[in-house]
Amino acid sequence: METLSSFWLIQKAEMLEIVRLSLAVSGSATILGSLVGVPLGAWMGMSDFTGKKLLLRLIYTLMALPPVLAGLVVYLLLSRSGPLGAWELLFTPPAMVAAQFLLVTPIVTGLSAAAIAAKERLIYDNARSLGANRRQAMWAVVRESRTGIISGVMTGFGRAFAEVGAVMLVGGNIRHQTRVLTTAIVMETRQGNFELAVALGVILLVLSFLVSSVVLLNADEFTAT
Amino acid sequence: MKLFEMTNVIKKYGSRTVLNVPQLQLGQDLIYAILGPNGAGKTTLLRLLNLLTAPDSGQLKFMGVDTAASEATRLAMSRQMCMVFQKPYMFRTSVYNNVAYGLKLRKTGAREIRKRVMEALDFVGMASFAARHAFKLSGGETQRVALARALALRPRVLLLDEPTANLDPASVQAIERIIRNSRDQYGTSVIMVTHNLFQAKRIADQTILLFDGQVVEQQATNVFFTAPKDERTRRFLDGTMVY
Ligand SMILES: Nc1ncnc2c1ncn2[C@@H]1O[C@H](COP(=O)(O)OP(=O)(O)OP(=O)(O)O)[C@@H](O)[C@H]1O
Ligand SMILES: [Mg+2]
Repeated sequence: METLSSFWLIQKAEMLEIVRLSLAVSGSATILGSLVGVPLGAWMGMSDFTGKKLLLRLIYTLMALPPVLAGLVVYLLLSRSGPLGAWELLFTPPAMVAAQFLLVTPIVTGLSAAAIAAKERLIYDNARSLGANRRQAMWAVVRESRTGIISGVMTGFGRAFAEVGAVMLVGGNIRHQTRVLTTAIVMETRQGNFELAVALGVILLVLSFLVSSVVLLNADEFTAT
Repeated sequence: MKLFEMTNVIKKYGSRTVLNVPQLQLGQDLIYAILGPNGAGKTTLLRLLNLLTAPDSGQLKFMGVDTAASEATRLAMSRQMCMVFQKPYMFRTSVYNNVAYGLKLRKTGAREIRKRVMEALDFVGMASFAARHAFKLSGGETQRVALARALALRPRVLLLDEPTANLDPASVQAIERIIRNSRDQYGTSVIMVTHNLFQAKRIADQTILLFDGQVVEQQATNVFFTAPKDERTRRFLDGTMVY
């Protein structure tokens, strides 16, 4: 019964609040990161320009960016003396979104570029030959690569949802304000509330699973390959 | 008026010249077979004709008009042709939608699309596959749907890159009949790459041999096979006929 009682150390309402904020922050970061990353990746996958190799290598490096570094960058930008200090965003959800955005964007960009480059020539030529203009053919390429793009977006979300370093640094794990699942897990573990930490971890995994299931359900014929 | 006219066309990949054609004319309402060893430049030639790529130098005319034109003109030209690729790509959707794709781009009416799609699928013996997912077709079925996808557009020119390479003998016969029919019925010109000499003999009016990026010989098919002018043609025919 000790498990249950410690589980309720955090009130149900507070638990919901934490879950909601986690989803909102990582969801926003993923949406914003995809708005930038999918077009950027599509463009990189389809075009040929000098410096493309270098740019790709840079993006692949950033895909492995340590969350705490992303947090540090945002921290420096938003801190009192930083260039955007006047916005007073440090230790607020928008700062957390910004830090996770830095993590998500390279992942979505890199994976979209790879998904598109795989069959880009083939799809583009087939579409052109059937009468598509350039724009229509590019759209065909993106549409046909949607499976890879969607898994790129999902990977980006997974990364944001599971990271702790960035949100801890720029969010500060403030109760009722910036506490998310991962930072709550860190805190509960430190305080020795292991059952609660594990319970939070299970919630994190279950939510991850649910989100990807919903997205994949809507991605028609995800399995038809 | 000539269907295609090439003058001093050179196509390179990097610094390597893969096609060098001082002069080539292709007429309307004819079936051409293009022969040549692997890497000779056959696919590259079809891609040039389909305006998927442009010559590095020289001129290509389609129906008397220079193809080095505005994007809109080139689009209007390429919409009069359709190429069936050596390895066709099927869109991630049903067979029906694959065949309808080009018609939708041309803003064809819904009823007309339905009619043409089913007719084209019927032609290639794939009507019962309309609702199937295009990713779940065999190699030969894919090739037949790809041909239907082109036929549905009733193009002035069909560019076919080894269209029967994966097909069983009965299907080969059916496809050859379709190719002849579309020429006879719709006046479709056909330019077909093939490694099958018998096929060239059976259906081509004219046969062209490409070797190392160059047009070695262009002849009426019976002359090509019985009295070729170029020594290399003779060797190509001998060499291939050994097996
Ligand atoms: N995108 C490309 N980049 C570089 N080289 C290419 C490219 N496409 C084709 N080539 C080269 O150009 C030459 C002609 O190729 P092409 O595909 O036209 O040959 P082909 O006659 O169709 O051969 P096959 O009978 O094998 O289909 C080949 O040597 C090929 O390696
Ligand atoms: Mg080829």
